[in-house]
Amino acid sequence: MGDWKTITVPVMSSDSKNTIQYTSERRRSPTSMNSQVLRLPLPSSKNMHSFFSAFCTEENIEQSISYIDRELTTLGFPSIYAESKGKELNLISIINCMNELLTLQHKNLRAQEEVEMQHLKLGSDMDHLQNCYAKLKEQLELSKREIVGLQERDRQLQSKNRNLHQLLKNEKDEVQKLQNIISSRATQYNHDMKRKERDYNKLKERLRQLVMDKKDKKIAMEVLNYVGRADGKRGAWRTDKTEARNEEEMYKVLLSDYEQRQKQLLVENAELKKVLQQMKKEIISLLPPQKQKPKERSEDGLVLSDPEEDIGELNKENMWELSCETVREQLTNSIRKQWRMLKNHVEKLDNQVSRGHSEAWNEKDVISREDHELETEKLELEIQQCKEMIKTQQQLLQQQLTCDDDTTLLLQDCYLLEERERLQEEWRLFREQKKNFEKERRSFTEAAIRLGLERKAFEEDRGAWLKQQFLSMTADCKHSENVTTPSAFLRSKYLVRIILLPCSDQDNRLVKSASQQRKASSVLNGPGPAEPCETPQYIAHNSVESKKTAGDSMPNLWVESDDKEEIE
Amino acid sequence: MNFSELFKLSGLLARFSPDGKCLASCVQHRLVVRDVSSLQIRQIYVCLDQIQYIEWSSDSLFILCAMYKRGIVQVWSLEQPDWHCKIDEGSAGLVASCWSPDGRHILNTTEFHLRITVWSLCTKSVSYIKYPKACHQGVVFTKDGRYMAVAERRDCKDFISIFVCSNWQLLRHFDTETQDLFGIEWAPNGCVLAAWDSCLEYKLLLYSLDGRLLSSYRAYEWPLGIKSVAWSPSSQFLAIGSFDEKVRILNHVTWKKITEFEHPATISSKKTIVYKEVEKSPSIETERLSFPPTRELASSLFSTQSKYEISQVPVSLQYIKPVADRANPKVGVGMLAFSADNCFLATKNDNIPNTVWIWDIRKLKLLVVLEQLCTIQCFQWDPRQPRLALCTGNSRVYLWSPTGCMAVQVPGEGDFQIVSLSWNSSGDSMVLLSKENFCLCYLE
Repeated sequence: MGDWKTITVPVMSSDSKNTIQYTSERRRSPTSMNSQVLRLPLPSSKNMHSFFSAFCTEENIEQSISYIDRELTTLGFPSIYAESKGKELNLISIINCMNELLTLQHKNLRAQEEVEMQHLKLGSDMDHLQNCYAKLKEQLELSKREIVGLQERDRQLQSKNRNLHQLLKNEKDEVQKLQNIISSRATQYNHDMKRKERDYNKLKERLRQLVMDKKDKKIAMEVLNYVGRADGKRGAWRTDKTEARNEEEMYKVLLSDYEQRQKQLLVENAELKKVLQQMKKEIISLLPPQKQKPKERSEDGLVLSDPEEDIGELNKENMWELSCETVREQLTNSIRKQWRMLKNHVEKLDNQVSRGHSEAWNEKDVISREDHELETEKLELEIQQCKEMIKTQQQLLQQQLTCDDDTTLLLQDCYLLEERERLQEEWRLFREQKKNFEKERRSFTEAAIRLGLERKAFEEDRGAWLKQQFLSMTADCKHSENVTTPSAFLRSKYLVRIILLPCSDQDNRLVKSASQQRKASSVLNGPGPAEPCETPQYIAHNSVESKKTAGDSMPNLWVESDDKEEIE
Repeated sequence: MNFSELFKLSGLLARFSPDGKCLASCVQHRLVVRDVSSLQIRQIYVCLDQIQYIEWSSDSLFILCAMYKRGIVQVWSLEQPDWHCKIDEGSAGLVASCWSPDGRHILNTTEFHLRITVWSLCTKSVSYIKYPKACHQGVVFTKDGRYMAVAERRDCKDFISIFVCSNWQLLRHFDTETQDLFGIEWAPNGCVLAAWDSCLEYKLLLYSLDGRLLSSYRAYEWPLGIKSVAWSPSSQFLAIGSFDEKVRILNHVTWKKITEFEHPATISSKKTIVYKEVEKSPSIETERLSFPPTRELASSLFSTQSKYEISQVPVSLQYIKPVADRANPKVGVGMLAFSADNCFLATKNDNIPNTVWIWDIRKLKLLVVLEQLCTIQCFQWDPRQPRLALCTGNSRVYLWSPTGCMAVQVPGEGDFQIVSLSWNSSGDSMVLLSKENFCLCYLE
């Protein structure tokens, strides 16, 4: 009996386990209503004893052990009995089993956790999907309604369109009908008109006959005397010749008119051709060089040769000045080609500009927008500055012009005073300069007088010296002819040269031999051996000084005159 | 601008002589010839009956006076006042009379257009032209006076005959492809003749001097067709005004239309200048008022001054819807005139009767619109400069030139309703005509 009781206990205990599990479940996870996962948390320590004592008590140890053994063996664990028959427990196997059970428990727990996580995830995904589904359903509803509406509208418009087409057709038919009516009526009217006109003509004929027959004397012209013709000529008979002449005249008139028109057209044509050629040249110059456009080459086979061809054509045209079909066509065709190329180029540039700055392109061809904008800003600033300047200048001008009388008078006076001051300054300067000039002139005249006197003295000296020389020469000629004659020549040479050249040794001799009396102003003074060279220098100096004192305008005179006299 | 005093006139018959020195005017049966510069009367001639038509001969030596009722044409000489000449058509009647270009022949059209008689003043010869057409403009002379074109109708078909004016020999005679030839006109260069059909059919034919058909132009088929035609002075353009309120311009090279000018009731182009005549109330000095009011005061009170103002575009013009069931409706371009320098074309659309449209021919665009207060009666270009004078039935004359426009009041008392005007060939003066009076206006 106790056995039976114990057998029923596990069931109950399992139930209580379950209930406990459920309660623990409820405590832990109230949301997972569908979950069938059994959670086996470790019960609290309070319940532990009761939990453990519920299964095995002191009375049913044997049964519980055998029960556990049976369970373990069914689960695949080794038996906990030491031997198959005996009631001794194999502690090691029990511990092993326990360990195994623990690890199993851990594994199960982990698996449970994972499964629960997944369960949660799936739950939220499900929620999300349900929401999406609901929204999409709404959208679908809306779109369906819209479609229905649009379809309705479309149907209405189509019916309207059909109506309008019908109306149009009706109107057209009516118009056609009316036109037919009009044309038929017009023909009818024309016919009637013609009939009436014929009647009318008949009446007119009858009337004409009557009038002609009547031979009304009244139909006449009374004139005092016949007047001469306007051009003074006499009237001519109408003959065939005159008829022919008339024809001729008429054709002449027509021809001259045509010729005039043709001339005008030729002139116009020539101008237009010139314009076209100019345009062609300009288009060619506008187009970029051919190497940048390999694509163009493939499209238009003749691109490279075209400009040269055209230039050749130009020359041809200039030479011939014909307007034959082929030449004209060539010109227009070539212009069309060039224009197309230019258009493509411009379109490309437009595309490039619209595409933006980020792409790398050939900088020299295109100015980037930013640069362009910068430039425009700069230019605007400049314009602003200039405008301001103009304004200020205008204001100043205005001030000048629209001052009241006092200020203008004052200003004018100021200007006059300024002017006067300036003029006075200038006068002063002028007077000073005049004084200076006077002084200089006086000094010049004095110098000139001095020079004149000096010159006179010099001349006298020279004359005396020459006399002396001559006398000495005649005296020395007996001594050595070789010496004198060359020396005479030498002397004369030296005479000529001495003013300008520095003295040489030969000179020294001569100078030494020359008068010792003259020290100043004679050309060949040689007061002593110590100063042979000095004197000509002195003379040169003097002459230079005299030059200076005489003013810059006079040097040549002195020198030249000396030279002349010497040569003489 | 100077105005002369008002002189009596009857029948709107006042003509300048071709040399511009004299002015002939009619008062009932008297023909008064005045000097233009001094307005002194040079001669007065008395005719047998009320004069219906006067014309100067081309050399300004003779004047013909036609009296249609009596069928008499009288010719007067300026050089010899005693010289007289009378042409009596008798029972044949007279409906039209004109000079030939040489000034020595008179062409009389007898009643019912039975024939045209060419009377010569130099010889005793008389020529007859049979079957002339009774149309708006049946006899036209070239500008140089060499040739004359006559529209004829035989056996219900239209023909044109070209005569040589020197000896009246028939040069060419050809038929035209018109239903009912309405008018013919020579081009100023004398080489092309334009002939057009009546308004029932839009058809314009161009014939060369030797009778060849050069071209034929038809703009549309059924609605009413051509109303007016004008050649440009250089013969380059032919302007055709039609009942559909458009002017079509043909060019002389291809005889094809080069442009169409429309006359809508609303002008929206920004480049057109619209001058609108507005009345300005006269300023009266209250001190000058006296009782009873003097004549001058009264007239000045009641005659309103007017001036031109520029209206801002878009402008909508006064438009008259034409009566649908009348013949010759007041629709379409009824008046066309080219200026003497070939640069401008003045048109009037009869639906919009208060307006003159001036087109720039060089640019083929509408240049100016002149909107007046009353219906335009007459406009004429100055024969020398691009200057347009127009009158609207009141006592003001309006002038337009490319530099501007002005409205001038003709001074004088009483009513002077100008219905017509005519320029002197020198361009210095013009004569303004009303039903009872005329006045001479000197411009320079």
